Amino acid sequence: MSSLTRADVAHVAALARLALSDEELDRYTGQLAAVLDHAQDVAALDLGSTAPTAHPFAVGTVVRDDVLVACLDRDEVLAQAPAVEDDRFCVPRIIGEAP
Amino acid sequence: MTSGAAALETVVGLEVHTELKTATKLFCGCPNRFGDAPNTNVCPVCLGLPGSLPVLNRQAVELAMAIGTALGCAIRPSSFHRKNYFYPDMPKDYQISQYDEPINVDGHLALPDGTLVGIERAHLEEDTGKSTHVGSSGRIHGADRSLVDYNRAGVPLVEIVSAPDLRSAAGARAYVAELRGILVATGASDGRMEEGSLRIDANVSVRAPGAALGTRCEIKNLNSLRSLQRAIEFEADRQAALLAGGGTVVQETRHWDEEAGCTVPMRSKEEAYDYRYFPEPDLLPLVPDDAWRDRVAAALPPMPAARRAALLERLGDATPAQRDQVASVVADDLDRFVTAAADRGVPAALALARVANEVAALEDPGALDEHGVATLLEMEAGGELSATQAKTVLAEHAASGEDPRELARRRGFERVADGTLDALLDQLIAQHPAEWARYREGDEKLAQFFVGQVMRETSGKADGKAVVAGLAARR
Amino acid sequence: MTTAVELAERVRSGATTARATVEAALGAVADHDGALHAFLHVDGDGARAAADRVDAMVADGRDPGPLAGVPVALKDNLCTRGVPTTAASRILEGWTPPYTATVVDRLVAAGAVPVGKTNLDEFAMGSSTENSGFGPTRNPHDHTRVPGGSSGGSAAAVAAGMVPLGLGSDTGGSIRQPAALCGVVGMKPTYGMVSRYGLIAFASSLDQIGPLAATVEDAAVCLEVIAGHDPMDSTSLPEGPPSVVAALDDGVDGRRVGLVRELVDGAADDVVAAVTRAAAALEAAGARVVECSVPELRLGLSAYYLIAPAEASSNLARYDGVRYGLRVDADDVTAMNVATRTQGFGDEVKRRIMLGTYALSAGYYDAYYGQAQRVRTLVAQAFAAAYADCDVLLGATAPTTAFALGSRTTDPMAMYLSDVFTIPSNLSGEAAITVPFGAGADGLPIGVQLLSPARAEPRLFAAARVLEAAA
Repeated sequence: MSSLTRADVAHVAALARLALSDEELDRYTGQLAAVLDHAQDVAALDLGSTAPTAHPFAVGTVVRDDVLVACLDRDEVLAQAPAVEDDRFCVPRIIGEAP
Repeated sequence: MTSGAAALETVVGLEVHTELKTATKLFCGCPNRFGDAPNTNVCPVCLGLPGSLPVLNRQAVELAMAIGTALGCAIRPSSFHRKNYFYPDMPKDYQISQYDEPINVDGHLALPDGTLVGIERAHLEEDTGKSTHVGSSGRIHGADRSLVDYNRAGVPLVEIVSAPDLRSAAGARAYVAELRGILVATGASDGRMEEGSLRIDANVSVRAPGAALGTRCEIKNLNSLRSLQRAIEFEADRQAALLAGGGTVVQETRHWDEEAGCTVPMRSKEEAYDYRYFPEPDLLPLVPDDAWRDRVAAALPPMPAARRAALLERLGDATPAQRDQVASVVADDLDRFVTAAADRGVPAALALARVANEVAALEDPGALDEHGVATLLEMEAGGELSATQAKTVLAEHAASGEDPRELARRRGFERVADGTLDALLDQLIAQHPAEWARYREGDEKLAQFFVGQVMRETSGKADGKAVVAGLAARR
Repeated sequence: MTTAVELAERVRSGATTARATVEAALGAVADHDGALHAFLHVDGDGARAAADRVDAMVADGRDPGPLAGVPVALKDNLCTRGVPTTAASRILEGWTPPYTATVVDRLVAAGAVPVGKTNLDEFAMGSSTENSGFGPTRNPHDHTRVPGGSSGGSAAAVAAGMVPLGLGSDTGGSIRQPAALCGVVGMKPTYGMVSRYGLIAFASSLDQIGPLAATVEDAAVCLEVIAGHDPMDSTSLPEGPPSVVAALDDGVDGRRVGLVRELVDGAADDVVAAVTRAAAALEAAGARVVECSVPELRLGLSAYYLIAPAEASSNLARYDGVRYGLRVDADDVTAMNVATRTQGFGDEVKRRIMLGTYALSAGYYDAYYGQAQRVRTLVAQAFAAAYADCDVLLGATAPTTAFALGSRTTDPMAMYLSDVFTIPSNLSGEAAITVPFGAGADGLPIGVQLLSPARAEPRLFAAARVLEAAA
């Protein structure tokens, strides 16, 4: 099943917003393929009747009351930002619209 | 409409996002409030700071359940997933949303004309922040940078997804109007489309009647009933023209350009989106038990359809104009004023007319109390105030909240005694024989002349209707 | 060296001051950390001020708490308001959080004094602390060896005697494996026992904070301080902290101990020998030791290396150069995201982000992530079956003693195998502890691991105490 390709790695790198050189692409393809090959023991199992576990202990519905809690100080928040303008976080131009 | 469109049927499904009227955000205790200074309603959770964790707002869950109940949905055990994609207005670069296990499924909404529209699901999710684009255009294209305010990030949303059951732009508009009324009635939403608390995406396709569904386009940015209707009309015509010209419709997301009056393809990233949904590990499943569901259902007030029916029943034989008024007062959540007045003996027709015309025209009619308006209408119905006087008192009551009786007394709006009015009418008829003659010959406009004279003599205190009645009796 | 419990007792009784205790710790850090690099940031001023507050309480006749004046080291993936917090990543260099993790608040409320932030594998991804963006930590027992990881800084700080107590986080063994390699006690509580609020997430459904200490008793006291429900963490268990201190002297008389073949197989001979001696020690104390097999545990490693990277790929998306931390400028926002993440993340983090992205992506979810979640169920069921016959389970913590710096950095799979014995408890969410138990052929420390069902920390600590006494 594994047979991970360079193109697969290039695709996930793009999805994850990472740039890879040709050398890195080769290296990561080999390393990730090794991990996925090891994972074939899991991928190959027939587990149709076993339910997946997303949480170790799903103890029941957890909700909080709709009550205001103090917000952060804006100056403290914006002091950590790489770029600020008009009390907002400033980013370079956005090419695509939100999906 | 192009000739091609005439033969084709429009098919519309709508996704309506409504912001929930909670005090705090979906996963943190920051205020859910529109219009505050940028980046003041933020905390580690809604800013997505490293190490922060979401905790679900009970009230948001209950409002979602109220919406589901009002739409006849099954309320189900549900869970949250992460929808992964990068966008600067999304602090964690994933959105927490309900995916394959939404809280509400399989409901329906009945339009006032009786059409049933299927509701596939109504699920909880968080809103994003808001970007402002800086540059010559002020829009996203051509901007050289964008500024992000996260006050809206994490505000609770319910996304209501209809089945593709709508067959016209007007039907889509009627659906949203009815849905808006329901959302306001449940207390889930303030219904303010202009503030973005209701946002609509429309899936539009065309087909020959009876044929399989055509390829659809999703139209975004529909922020008013008017743009919704215009956009769907445009898009259906566009697709019909394409097909008529031998072309094919490409499935894509399009943006409604309000000024140009057309839909345009959205410029998004080249790569196809792959949201990599997976169960949100920081939140446990949301499993409402029967007692919780029952509590929410029991607390649900009457919905617009029931309220319209109740008003129409009080009116008896309603005229088409009254039916429209009933729809509009219910949509604006003002029918309670009509009901309160009618409960105190005010004729329902009078109460409806005054609420639909005078009360609805006020700045913030919802802020009035039913008791005050009912008192006022009672005074008018009882002849203590003329229609003109009642309008004056209403404006003052809306501004100050003072008791209408006290306001009327202070203004000197006492009723002119019947005997005084009779004497005054006799005197005026004697003074204006020519006008009286024309009135007697059937010129009804002259009645207004005499009403005007009476009002001048009584400083507006007389009841116009009593004057007209007095004239008719003397004819 | 003086234990945390002894130090706190002396501070509470006035025999010494918190300030003196903290000065001694800061002095030890100054003396030793140049060679070890256990700390990424030492907060001398903050520590002195906190110590003075403790002393003022003692002077006022108020009790500062069970950890009065005890210097503690915090893994640098725990948020501390106003104190730099990096998760050992260049992408967070210079970030000072505007809030503090729940565990740190609880430590301070119990009188403890955080002296600094310790090194780790970047975002806790690693088993050697070599993946730190700020250079590796060295093993105090042999400076040419790794301290293990990812909580290598806290383990080394405790092992070197700079502080008696440290906090770490354990996603696949990141507390227990470095504790074993450094010769200290390391404990991973039941998932949800300790709040994760303020812990920079690696893999949210596996991460758990726990103590590293010189003694089992110190670890127990620390656990009671940091454990208990936190309304800020939805996955926090509803109950209060477990009564582990009271159970310390319960012993193991009559306890059934399962020596798990899969938690020993593949370990080096000296490690196997240590586990065998530990079994004998428990038997000598009255326990009944039975050998057992839990074959499903063999699937743990693969499942872990799908689940953890998948969750990490999502948890680490937020480091995009917009709100905090590093930004590498570029023409448009997407290019800025790419440039920032490409420069800011190290190789191992990139590897896991890509692996996890792949495991979640369209067409592969069912085969990888979905399948790994089902294996998680199998592992939990297998443990439950084993606990039907046993009160606690016994095995090795790490396959070998501390390995040489650089010896596994080019072969990720070899590095991942370091966690093969610790990963199963993270998958099941159950508790586990490592206790130093003798030395290997190379003279380096060996740890043995005890495992218990969820919420059974008291019996786990009682057994650990028996091993500690026998070591």
